[in-house]
Amino acid sequence: MTGIKEVLQYKNLFFELVRKGIKLKYRRSYLGVIWSMIEPLLTMIVLTIVFGTLLGHHEKTFPVYILSGRLIYSLFSQSSTTALKSIRQNEGLIKKVYVPKMLYPMSAVVFNYILFVISLVVLATVSLVLGVYPTMRVLMVIVPLGVLFVMSLGVGLILSTLGTFFRDLEYLWNVALMLVMYASAIFYYPDTILNSNVSWILRFNPLFCVISNFRSCIFGENIDVWMLSYAAVFAVVSVIVGYVIFDKNKNKFILHL
Amino acid sequence: MRNSLKEDKYAIKLENITMEFNLHREKLDSVKEYFINLVKGDVKRNSFKALDDVSFTIEKGDRVGVLGLNGAGKSTLMKVIAGVFEPSSGKVYKQGVIAPMIELGAGFDNQYTGAENIFLYGAVLGHSRKYMQEKFHKIVEFSELGDFIDVPLKNYSSGMRARLGFSIATMVKPDILILDEVLSVGDARFKKKSEEKLLSMMDEKTTVLFVSHNLAQVKRICNKAMILQKGKLVDFGDIEEISKKYEEMTK
Repeated sequence: MTGIKEVLQYKNLFFELVRKGIKLKYRRSYLGVIWSMIEPLLTMIVLTIVFGTLLGHHEKTFPVYILSGRLIYSLFSQSSTTALKSIRQNEGLIKKVYVPKMLYPMSAVVFNYILFVISLVVLATVSLVLGVYPTMRVLMVIVPLGVLFVMSLGVGLILSTLGTFFRDLEYLWNVALMLVMYASAIFYYPDTILNSNVSWILRFNPLFCVISNFRSCIFGENIDVWMLSYAAVFAVVSVIVGYVIFDKNKNKFILHL
Repeated sequence: MRNSLKEDKYAIKLENITMEFNLHREKLDSVKEYFINLVKGDVKRNSFKALDDVSFTIEKGDRVGVLGLNGAGKSTLMKVIAGVFEPSSGKVYKQGVIAPMIELGAGFDNQYTGAENIFLYGAVLGHSRKYMQEKFHKIVEFSELGDFIDVPLKNYSSGMRARLGFSIATMVKPDILILDEVLSVGDARFKKKSEEKLLSMMDEKTTVLFVSHNLAQVKRICNKAMILQKGKLVDFGDIEEISKKYEEMTK
């Protein structure tokens, strides 16, 4: 628990690192942070055109379906990738001053999460425009979004530890992310798979469990308690594992930079 | 800060510090290499002691020169004190905020501008944005960077980096200041100005660790000194006595 206490001691630096992540991400682009809203919007349009035509989904709300899945997936993929590289990215600091190293992957996840929350504005707008009006159930989004945050943090801690020792992991993780994307029902409806004998592909994918429940909240449907609990347990376990292996190895990082 | 001592007198205390590197093991960047070495049984071998059983105590307000030839372990020692390296064995006790400038630079981000780095480095030392805002003008002025303060650090020369680092580290009034070769890159005028600044900090009880190959400079700034040789602490004492010994050693 000393790790958590130390992080609190360094809260100024933590905010500074979060700020740095956001600032550097859009540096030298004219639109800056606005990109975190335009980018998902454009992707949504492309995916709707491609998969709407390809799979014949012409429902008016299909873009909302795509956007909600895609936003969550991209938060997970971006925060895990940034966390994976976070130790090497901050080499300049690590080699010269003492800083609790857990701040680096943590701030990576937090700054991506902040950008994600900003991009939810787009989802809200698109939903209203296309006639998906919020019900009381929309308040429940806090649960899947909370699970998503904890999961990203846990996976980020694990990846940042392993990624510092094995640089190959960067490339390997990109491939793994592609697999996760296809197994998360982002641009197709999950029903056919869920009713087949390979339903485990979706059911045991914690990210799909989050996406599916997030969508339920938005479309005013019932939450799937089993899937949500599974994702929550996965998230908590990953944070504990991540914390322990990071803490055990943090003093060795510098020898691998 | 970590491992603080109760007694007020000490700024830094090292007990039997040994720093060992495994030359083979530490640079395995890919999974393939790792497994090849694992199969060969080659993973642990060839250890090298950069610091060997070093113990000393530095009192508050002391300005200690660290002398030694290249490869004596000076920078490693500074990194252990700064907390960058966890020693293989032994214990480090330190009190107060420590501002390290090791191998010419503070902890800077290359993509950030000079101005942004002022706030970042300030936060590393535990200061809020508001506090750094107050010091901002003084830092920019002392560093003489002018318009370059808004240029990303990757475009800085080594002298400019050193100037910025030195300016921040001295303006925020740390309890312990580590200067590793920092004053060896600036021009003569900046060196003189920096020396004056360091001497003015004497009254504020700032403890200074000063690594340099310039013995005359060490003599002007420090009141104590130590000599390192192949990772071992050879001598530690008053500047006069130690500098004479060092002159003989390097003849």
